[in-house]
Amino acid sequence: MVNLLFPLGITNYIVGGILIGLGVSMIFLLTGIRAGASSFFSSTISYFSNKEYFQRKLYTTTRVWRIVFTLGLIVGAFLFTITFNNGQFFTTNVQWWRLALGGFLVGFGTRFSRGCTSGHGICGLASFSLSSFLAVITFLIIAIFTAFIVGSLGVIP
Amino acid sequence: MKPLQLVSIFLGGLLFGFGLAFSGMTQPEIVLSFLQLRDLGLLLVLGMATGITLITYQLVKKSIKKPLVSKSFSPYPSIIRKDAIIGAVIFGIGWGISGLCPGSALASIGIGNMPILIGIGGMFLGAYVQGAYFSKKTS
Repeated sequence: MVNLLFPLGITNYIVGGILIGLGVSMIFLLTGIRAGASSFFSSTISYFSNKEYFQRKLYTTTRVWRIVFTLGLIVGAFLFTITFNNGQFFTTNVQWWRLALGGFLVGFGTRFSRGCTSGHGICGLASFSLSSFLAVITFLIIAIFTAFIVGSLGVIP
Repeated sequence: MKPLQLVSIFLGGLLFGFGLAFSGMTQPEIVLSFLQLRDLGLLLVLGMATGITLITYQLVKKSIKKPLVSKSFSPYPSIIRKDAIIGAVIFGIGWGISGLCPGSALASIGIGNMPILIGIGGMFLGAYVQGAYFSKKTS
């Protein structure tokens, strides 16, 4: 049964999830910030765009630490690759047009929603936010539905 | 922001990114295998991460008055907003097409996944179009 639901085993998922939780926890314990990933895009745009929306304090006062947080994400994944993964890097086979179109919708949607899998998902759920709970249920159901349509059109992976 | 705060955030991000790579969430293929319900691992990752964070949020706020290297805890808005749901629908479509979400896509650079830069470029463009043309003046 476990093999059927988790063909790659469950250890990686559980350990990885614990590490993610510890990272978010550490940031809250030390700085009091509930760190999500998607605001990074809007806050970084504030360096380049004078549009009123991007120049709000929400972004201009957080853009430095959001870049530092993102660098942490990248370096952390890199350290995993050169240690536990024996230096084996990875390149996706997902087609460029899916990355481009999907990425655009992810950028637009997460900013319109003000949260993504980490902001609404981890931080919002852990804060008992009803708004985040509804957002998480919505994007999970819609994403599963969409992925099934993509798969049924014969698009692989 | 004080250097000590930035170091804290960097180290927390480091653990986060390490965990994302460890769990395979930096590989869009594994995320898609969840979204097509062939491997439910993503639910374990999200569940473990949320569970630990939930316990921390409760314990920390009960046991200390302020964070260790900052002045106060940031509040979390709990009002229900229609935009949160509309945005979640659009995000869900994009996630289902590509297998990408913001945190795992950014961390994916660290596993050498260079095509992910196309997805991240798309995310920047999407965030720009949202902020420049679809944002409300208030809120």
